[in-house]
Amino acid sequence: MEQGPEPSTINLQPSAVWKALAAVPDPEIPVVSITDMGMVRDVTVDGGGRVQVTFTPTFSGCPALHVIRESIEQAVRALGVQDVEVRSTLTPPWTTDWINEDARERLRQYGIAPPAPAGEEQLIQLDAEPTRCPRCSSLNVRMTASFGPTLCKRMYVCDSCKEPFEGFKSV
Amino acid sequence: MTAATEALSTAQTQALIRRLTALADDEIILAHRGGEWTGHAPILEEDIALANIAQDELGHATLYLGLRTDLDGSDPDRLAFFRGADEYTNTRFVELPRGDWAFTMLRQFLYDTFEALWLEAATRSSYAPLAAVAAKAVREEKFHVQHTALWAERLALGTEESRRRTQTALNELWPHAAQLFQLVEGEAELVEAGLLPDLGAVHARWHDLVTRHLTGKCGLTLPQAGAESAPAPSTPSTSRPCWPRCSAWPANTRTRRSGRDGDG
Repeated sequence: MEQGPEPSTINLQPSAVWKALAAVPDPEIPVVSITDMGMVRDVTVDGGGRVQVTFTPTFSGCPALHVIRESIEQAVRALGVQDVEVRSTLTPPWTTDWINEDARERLRQYGIAPPAPAGEEQLIQLDAEPTRCPRCSSLNVRMTASFGPTLCKRMYVCDSCKEPFEGFKSV
Repeated sequence: MTAATEALSTAQTQALIRRLTALADDEIILAHRGGEWTGHAPILEEDIALANIAQDELGHATLYLGLRTDLDGSDPDRLAFFRGADEYTNTRFVELPRGDWAFTMLRQFLYDTFEALWLEAATRSSYAPLAAVAAKAVREEKFHVQHTALWAERLALGTEESRRRTQTALNELWPHAAQLFQLVEGEAELVEAGLLPDLGAVHARWHDLVTRHLTGKCGLTLPQAGAESAPAPSTPSTSRPCWPRCSAWPANTRTRRSGRDGDG
C-alpha cells in the first residue's frame, strides 16, 4: 500500500524550509550559515510535500561540498519531509557579493576580513584587491600568504595593529 | 541528454569529448605534480598554497569531466583513476617532473595564465553548459595567476641563483608550453560553430601577457623557439590528426622521462 506524505508536511511552506536552512552552518566558517553565504538559490515544495533545494557551490574544489549537501538534506528531513532532492547549479556562478550584510559583520567580529565587492570588473588581473584589517579597520595591511587554511581565504598581517588575520577572497 | 547536448552532431560531440578530456587530463596531471610538494615546499605557506591550487585544478577537472558525462555517460572517477598511462591525453608540458621550485612556479604561471584566458573566452561559448563551467572556474583561476605571477617576479628578481634557476626553467618550459595551444581532432569545427574558444586568439593574448610579465617585469629572456611559433588555429591542416595529443611532437619531447624527479 502506498503511503501518503506525513500529515505535518502537507502544508509545508517554502519559508519553513528556508528557516531550517538558515540554521545550517557553513562547515568551514561556522559563524555564518549557508543562507548567509548566499549558497541556497531556490526552494520548492510540491503538492505532495516533496522538497527540492537548489544550491550553488562556492569553490569547485571545495571539500565541504558533500558535507553541505548532506546537511541540507538532514535539515529538511528534520521538518518531517520524506522526499528531499538537493540539486546544485553553476549558473549564475556564486559570488562573495551574495554574502549578506549581517554575515559580513559576523565574519569581521570573528576575525575574518569580509570580501571586498567582486563586481563585474575585469576578472583576470595580476594584482589583488584592497583589504581592511577586521580589528582596527586599517587599510595598512600586508598579504602574507595568498592562500589560507581554506580555499576561500588568504592570510594577512595588519601593519597598524600588528595582528595577523584571515581575509575572505572576493570572488 | 539535455537540449544543449542534443543540438550537437555526432562529430561535434566526439570533438568536444576530446577537448574536455584533454583539459581535464592536464588539470589532473598538473595537480598531482603540485601535490608532490605537499610536505616538501620551501615554506609552510607555500606548501598550503600549492595544495590549494592543486585542489582547485582537480575541482576544474571534475567540472570538465562532468560535462563529458552529459555527452557520453562516462564516470569521472573511473576516467581519472582507472585509465592506463597511454590513455591520458595531457600535454607533455604538465607531465614534466616537478623540478625545482622555480620550475614548478614558472610552469604553474604559464599554465594558469593559459587556463584563465581560455576560460575567459569559454564564458562566451554557445554551448551553455561549458559557458557555465567557465564562468565558475575563471573566478578561481585569477588567484592562481596572481600568486604565480608574484613568484615568477620574486624568483627572477631575487638572488643570482634564483634568477639563474628561473631562466633555466623558462628555457626548458617555453618550447613545451606551445603544446597547450594544439588543437584536438575536430576542434576547428567547434571553434567555427562558436562552441569553443579560438586557440589562436587565446594564444595571442597569452603570449602578450606572459611576455610583458616575464621580460618586462621580471627581466627574463624568452628563448627564441617554441611557444613563439604557435600554429595558426582554425585551419584544418593544423588540427591534430591523431590521439593522444603528444604523439605529433618530436621524439625528444614525447619520450617519458624517468629517474629522480627534480632537485628542489
